[in-house]
Amino acid sequence: MSKELIRLQNVCMAFDDELVLDHLNLYFNDKEFLTLLGPSGCGKTTTLRIIGGFATPTSGDVLFDGVRINDVPPYQRQINTVFQKYALFPRLDVFENVAFGLRMQKRPDPNNPKKMVKIPEKEIEQRVMEMLEVVSLKGFERRKPEALSGGQQQRVAIARALVNRPKVLLLDEPLAALDLKLRKDMQIELKRIQQQVGITFIYVTHDQEEALTMSDTVVVMDQGTIQQIGTPEDIYNEPKNAFVADFIGESNIIDGIMVKDKVVKMYGKEFPCLDGGFAENEPVDVVIRPEDIDIVPVEQGQLIGTVTSVTFKGMQYDIIVDFRGFKWLIQTTDHCPEGSRIGIKIDPDGFHIMKKSQYSGMFGDYSSFSEEYDELDDASLTLDEEESGDAE
Amino acid sequence: MRNKLSRFAIPYVVWMALFVVAPIIMVVIYAFTSANGGFTLANFARMGTYGVVFVRSFKLALIATAICLLIGYPVSYMLSKEGDRFQRIAMVLIMLPMWMNFLLRTYSWMSILENNGLLNQFFQKIGVIAAYNSIFGTNIKYFHMIGTPGAVVLGMVYNYLPFMILPIYSVIIKLDHSLLEAARDLGANTFNVFRRVILPLSLPGVLSGITMVFVPAVSTFAISQMLGGGTQMLLGDLIEQQYMGGAYNPHLGAAISLVMMIIVVVCMWVMNRFGEGEEQAVML
Repeated sequence: MSKELIRLQNVCMAFDDELVLDHLNLYFNDKEFLTLLGPSGCGKTTTLRIIGGFATPTSGDVLFDGVRINDVPPYQRQINTVFQKYALFPRLDVFENVAFGLRMQKRPDPNNPKKMVKIPEKEIEQRVMEMLEVVSLKGFERRKPEALSGGQQQRVAIARALVNRPKVLLLDEPLAALDLKLRKDMQIELKRIQQQVGITFIYVTHDQEEALTMSDTVVVMDQGTIQQIGTPEDIYNEPKNAFVADFIGESNIIDGIMVKDKVVKMYGKEFPCLDGGFAENEPVDVVIRPEDIDIVPVEQGQLIGTVTSVTFKGMQYDIIVDFRGFKWLIQTTDHCPEGSRIGIKIDPDGFHIMKKSQYSGMFGDYSSFSEEYDELDDASLTLDEEESGDAE
Repeated sequence: MRNKLSRFAIPYVVWMALFVVAPIIMVVIYAFTSANGGFTLANFARMGTYGVVFVRSFKLALIATAICLLIGYPVSYMLSKEGDRFQRIAMVLIMLPMWMNFLLRTYSWMSILENNGLLNQFFQKIGVIAAYNSIFGTNIKYFHMIGTPGAVVLGMVYNYLPFMILPIYSVIIKLDHSLLEAARDLGANTFNVFRRVILPLSLPGVLSGITMVFVPAVSTFAISQMLGGGTQMLLGDLIEQQYMGGAYNPHLGAAISLVMMIIVVVCMWVMNRFGEGEEQAVML
């Protein structure tokens, strides 16, 4: 496993007495692609700004390679940032934008180590061109940012940060302003760039799909605390609480009782499952993903419900089924007309059992289906507004 | 394509034609005619005698503009870094003198700068004048301030400073904060953030500030009359004399106006060449 590069220790951040980060403990490994994922106001951007040096934590330590860097200004950190709206310098062309960081640098003269000299023009040119090649922007050197598309501006911003050879690249919702198609392309592109340059990427997003696609590690945050850390597969398959289950993908979350190991009871009926380790008859949250539910004839169903709404989604139908007043989302390729009675069957590995948490009962019911679903679909509209007040 | 709303622009077009285009045409006609109505270049030929006034006008206006810039830019920049509340109060204070009548403001400077004015009385009280006399072996009763070029420049700076601060401030305050953060992130220290990002991006404000100070300063006549004590005649005074004063000669006045206008337009054009493209929209 690669070595640890950055560590946040008991980091707290408060703006005007409002606690934005609550005793955060988190470490980042070298060369990993880590995503901070969470809804607006969860503290993910603040975390990023603290790492970048644009915000100083109210308490706690930021360690870089074991050294405390709380008070090191941004320009002395081996960390560069890709800003949400790219923040390209409008009067400089692509080449000069990328070269900006190199022109700011001074380093010891190889012939006279006591003297600090600028990077020679030849090297600047070579490194800028190299980086433009990495982001596939060769031939655009003399264009002004305004003459570039959103995706191209995004690439310039990435090249501008990477040309300084940072150890860590911070990305603050960099794809939020792009349209869906471009966003998908850039996700793959970003992952490729990260692997090519071989450094740590710390990525902030509220888009769970982005997080799952690109990351080695996903950190799910809410209300200034970490809800779960894990690989994308862990987070999706083994959510720790109702918040994570709901935030990552679609989930039906039902009240249940763990009768004994491998047997869960809901709707007064016992179902075989694979989970264990709970107390006997412990109340739990049961997560069932919409795609893990099979529709069967009524007489074969473990549960029987009524279809209340059907939405065609291209690859599948999203249907809402009422089981004794609690509405489930089921994704199926079979067409079930509205109002029809259906049976469902869930395999033992379709159940995921979670301990009760502060989030129990808040998520996983699709009674208010339409609004919630719309919200989830255009996540790009809800840009982060959490940090508007903390400039300087 | 004709916009349906374009007819609402008609009153404005009429207004412009009547009160902007027509007067300029009349100025041109007057400048090239003599008192009996015939074409002549004599008006321009006569202007040679007033060369010194031209030079003085442009010199004083340039000095005043430079001082306004030297004061106005740092003020705008520092102001933009303060808290919202402080900024609002400071802006009101900067604007406050402009709510008073222009002549009143300038008159009050007269009473401050006069030989027996407030400032000289103050200097006498605290012994500055006595100290000056003993150091330089002179025997003056007051500092001579009114009626000097310095007094005129002071009047210009005082009156036109807000016109420098406002455009610069409004450009700086609107700068995208993430650009400054990006520069810091890329290794720029505070000085370089200013020089590489803030300064170039605030240039449009500077250009429009210079325009808004220089143009009225070069053509002012009240300031030079009141604070220049008649000894610092400027182009504005000269033109006024041709219309209102004893030297009544509207043809000469028109010719001087025309030449001044052309020089100003050329100056502004040259200056805006520095700002290329987008900044031209800022020019008045």
